[in-house]
Amino acid sequence: MAQEEINKAVSGEYNLGFEIDIETDVVPPGLNEDTIRFISKKKEEPEWMLELRLKALKKWQQMTEPTWGHVEYEPIDYQSISYFAAPKKGPESLDEVDPKILEAYKKLGIPLEEQKQLAGVAVDAVVDSVSVKTTYTEELNKHGVIFCSISEAIRDYPELIKKYMFSVVPMTDNFFAALNSAVFTDGTFVYIPKGVRCPMELSTYFRINALNTGQFERTLIVADEGSYVSYNEGCSAPTRDENQLHAAVVELVAMKDAEIKYSTIQNWYPGDENGKGGIYNFVTKRGICAGDNAKISWTQVETGSSITWKYPSCILKGDNSVGEFYSVAVTTLAQQADTGTKMIHLGKNTSSTIISKGISAMKGQNTYRGLVKIGANADGARNYSECDSLLIGDRCGAHTFPYLESKDTKGQVEHEATTSKISDEQLFYLRQRGINEEDAVSMIVHGFCKEVFSQLPMEYAVEAKALLELTLEGSVG
Amino acid sequence: MKTLEIENVHANIGEKEILRGLNLALEPGKVHAIMGPNGAGKSTLSKTIVGHYDVEVTEGDIRYKGKSILDMEPEERALEGIFLSFQHPVEIPGVNNAYFLRMAVNAKRKHEGKEELNAAEFLREMKKYLEMLGMKADMISRSLNEGFSGGEKKRNEILQMLMLQPDVIILDEIDSGLDIDALRAVSEGINMMKDGKRSFLVITHYSRILDYIKPDYIHVLKEGRIIKTAGSELVAQLEEEGYESIEEEA
Ligand SMILES: Nc1ncnc2c1ncn2[C@@H]1O[C@H](COP(=O)(O)OP(=O)(O)OP(=O)(O)O)[C@@H](O)[C@H]1O
Ligand SMILES: [Mg+2]
Repeated sequence: MAQEEINKAVSGEYNLGFEIDIETDVVPPGLNEDTIRFISKKKEEPEWMLELRLKALKKWQQMTEPTWGHVEYEPIDYQSISYFAAPKKGPESLDEVDPKILEAYKKLGIPLEEQKQLAGVAVDAVVDSVSVKTTYTEELNKHGVIFCSISEAIRDYPELIKKYMFSVVPMTDNFFAALNSAVFTDGTFVYIPKGVRCPMELSTYFRINALNTGQFERTLIVADEGSYVSYNEGCSAPTRDENQLHAAVVELVAMKDAEIKYSTIQNWYPGDENGKGGIYNFVTKRGICAGDNAKISWTQVETGSSITWKYPSCILKGDNSVGEFYSVAVTTLAQQADTGTKMIHLGKNTSSTIISKGISAMKGQNTYRGLVKIGANADGARNYSECDSLLIGDRCGAHTFPYLESKDTKGQVEHEATTSKISDEQLFYLRQRGINEEDAVSMIVHGFCKEVFSQLPMEYAVEAKALLELTLEGSVG
Repeated sequence: MKTLEIENVHANIGEKEILRGLNLALEPGKVHAIMGPNGAGKSTLSKTIVGHYDVEVTEGDIRYKGKSILDMEPEERALEGIFLSFQHPVEIPGVNNAYFLRMAVNAKRKHEGKEELNAAEFLREMKKYLEMLGMKADMISRSLNEGFSGGEKKRNEILQMLMLQPDVIILDEIDSGLDIDALRAVSEGINMMKDGKRSFLVITHYSRILDYIKPDYIHVLKEGRIIKTAGSELVAQLEEEGYESIEEEA
């Protein structure tokens, strides 16, 4: 079939491209000790935090940006970025939230108002780096669950922060993690006490909002012994011309018998068909199963950003602990994604599952990079990996780089990979049955992603499906 | 009025001309069988009618219920009631068979201004046919045609035909690869669709299926043209003497 038809089918205009105009309190561009002091002061942080930040800055200044990712982009000028922006008004209740923000949520289909009534979804909405509203705190308090912004946590729970922050992702872990450690402006902290099953899905919606402002979120989730939490992170961003850097860090700690389920829908501005104007998304996400029988699942649906560099990982330290990674990454236009996971097996009888689904269309480039590492003491470790790529059209690409490091001959590792193309014959078959091209493409794509979508919480799965439709087929007609 | 009129159609696949001035008219309520040697252009003819991307019509016209369809998209032709059972139905992993079929049925209903069927109504409708076609329940919950045996794929095509209730039904070697029971079941399905208005175009190499579905006309397609049209008595002659014996009629 005609190549243009395919292109038309997959080049949905970015549907969430609108900008909120809130007065922001922005620090001038540049990164030095003064910037760090400014941020720390703005956040009313204790001295020890400032010192940690300054230490991270020093380390970062000695590091160089990694070049090994299968992505290409213009060099980032770190001195031209503004490292802090906060809405000026500090609303105390929902009524005080800027109507424009509420409006933006409506456009995204996630009005806060409705969410309050929704079956138990608490929202810690982060607009431009500062938490605007936390709901359901009381219900959570009853169970002893802490769900607050990281800034509050630094002030109110210094012991927990000192103990766990940087414990999974050390500040020197990588270039972007070091940068984040120095300049992170907000994010979320969650603590689930021993034996508590968190009574609701927790979720944070991030939005990048002020022009030319890097976003440096930091999330820390600690699930104490025998607890359970499901956390959802979803993003979208307004259309803009400037490239925007996003370097978040997420740390998860699951103690003995605890389970953390972390789901992400990422839909940042991908840039135009030449890759101009999109978000650069360099994220470090890592979890540790610190105790026996702990479990961490990462589920992600990535449709946005012009460049994504992201490897949610699990350190399986406790015996019998379980790590899972379910991912759908879509690249269209000129998007580039280099994603994957690392499963580090340290404990005995640990097991991990990796299901990665890459979809490339137009000029999109999708790279899977996965590492399965089996330590010397990880007797009985098991891994199953499946990496499937789906190509739409013939100008896009998929690349798979699985790495295996095994010190234990008793480990059991299985890897399967497929690359398929939506064939003209498949599309024709569906069209001959009266299904239009748009629906035909989306049917095949949904089928391809089914295993991953089924891991998402229900409402989130619906959202993910809709998002995929928008991304891949907005403008056929 | 004829349901489908194919008039002096020349059609290429790539650079090669496959159909070379083909004429054929389908009558309402009639079963037209097409026979002809391998590579004669039978599948190309069926692809041409449904608007397959591979085929380029360079001359002539195809009219459906009096209107030219050459400019219509494949899905429009389908929604208007033209159905092709493919010689080789393609496998579509991940797409649930029942889900797909319901989408197709509802797309057609919507096109006709009817209410869409909900899941329960759809299942009730479909169950009627599953048993008749001897299809196992799991085939409907599996991915579309994925891993289906040759015969299972053909039954699945017939199931779709029964559910979609098209007006022009093109069956490209529906009988190839069917066991005896399946052939009987599939023929029964086809016969159920005869209502005095629908037209059938049945492409086959064998007389067996024709014994069941009783064609009104036999057309011989050779080198891209219909070279002879006769009644069902022609089948015996063809089986006896092969295609060599057939002379093009003036
Ligand atoms: N996609 C294609 N590319 C090149 N040639 C093709 C293509 N499709 C069909 N052809 C050629 O067109 C001619 C007619 O093929 P067609 O499939 O219509 O034959 P047929 O009459 O259906 O034969 P059979 O009885 O074997 O099914 C053959 O020579 C075939 O090789
Ligand atoms: Mg054929």
